[in-house]
Amino acid sequence: MSQKTLIGASALAGAVAMAISGATFLASTQGAAAATEKCYGVAMAGKNDCAAGPGTTCAGTSKVDYQGNAWKNVDAGTCTTMSLEGGRMGSLEPLDRDLPA
Amino acid sequence: MPRSETEIGAGQHDFSAALLNPELPLPQGIVGPHGKNAFKRFAVYRNNVTVSLIDALAGIFPAIQRLVGESFFRDMARLYIAKEPPRSPVIFEYGGGFAAFLERFEPLARYPYLPDVARLERAWLDAFHAADADPLHPGSLGAIPPEHLAGTTFIAHPAARIVKSGFAAVSIFSASREDRTLEGIRPGDPEDGLITRPLDAVEIRRLPAGAADFFTALIAGASLGEAAGETVARHPGFDLPSAISAMLEAGVFSGCSFGAANSEETA
Repeated sequence: MSQKTLIGASALAGAVAMAISGATFLASTQGAAAATEKCYGVAMAGKNDCAAGPGTTCAGTSKVDYQGNAWKNVDAGTCTTMSLEGGRMGSLEPLDRDLPA
Repeated sequence: MPRSETEIGAGQHDFSAALLNPELPLPQGIVGPHGKNAFKRFAVYRNNVTVSLIDALAGIFPAIQRLVGESFFRDMARLYIAKEPPRSPVIFEYGGGFAAFLERFEPLARYPYLPDVARLERAWLDAFHAADADPLHPGSLGAIPPEHLAGTTFIAHPAARIVKSGFAAVSIFSASREDRTLEGIRPGDPEDGLITRPLDAVEIRRLPAGAADFFTALIAGASLGEAAGETVARHPGFDLPSAISAMLEAGVFSGCSFGAANSEETA
């Protein structure tokens, strides 16, 4: 620990302030977080979303329409207001209805 | 007569050994209808197990498969499976030792960047399956009084992973996954990779010099002052503000707290 370099409190505060003042990144992080929400029980069979990418295959694997444990990304705030065929509603949590046999 | 646990254990051991080694005899008790020899039936099952594990490795390491070619990859995967069969019933956890295997795999000795590309791919899938957590909100860090910043510590986001490489592993990983050629990439340029999943999608970034050490120290529990001091000592050109920006943007942490007041913030 003889080589320890001390960074002064004001230098740290300056670095943090500089890091946070990146306005573009603040807007983009919050914007992205607010843009969509996971909505359960609204996707048609085979049309569910997934944080898809190589090495995974969960997107498009739902077996039945409106499958309760499959989700789809929808615009934030719209999920629970969606009304679907047969009086179904979307949900932010997984549902027990419409599970494949 | 009920069999003892040791007998069952031994039977399972013989069964799994014979699944991966065709030279071994048929495990005891495996018979076809009417007590007939089940040698061919077992061979079909054995083949299905191996093929499914090769498919799993191809799914976990698509960039490696694309770089070495499908037929080479599948032959190599077969050797890896025999050497290191899955230890977890959860198949997406398979392949933890694949990068180390590639390091020692003679035919690929001329491609020393492949193991680190494999480490990035494994980290990608770890991040994908990690628990959900909201990334640290920049405002939570901004709200810490300046005199407490040096003592501030962070809680690592469950998905955050760092892969340090002496090769251009991040550029090669990205080019391969996006189906681009490696043209213009100099494999010998060192690149450190950061893997995070701030929301639902896994993100991968190339880190500037020093940032990997800085984040590693913070993840290990060092305070902001300690981590910054140690990093600057080792990397004189270290750019602290942009590293802090990058860690907030990428979601390396899910919370932070300082000393006695201990205001733990998680979003």
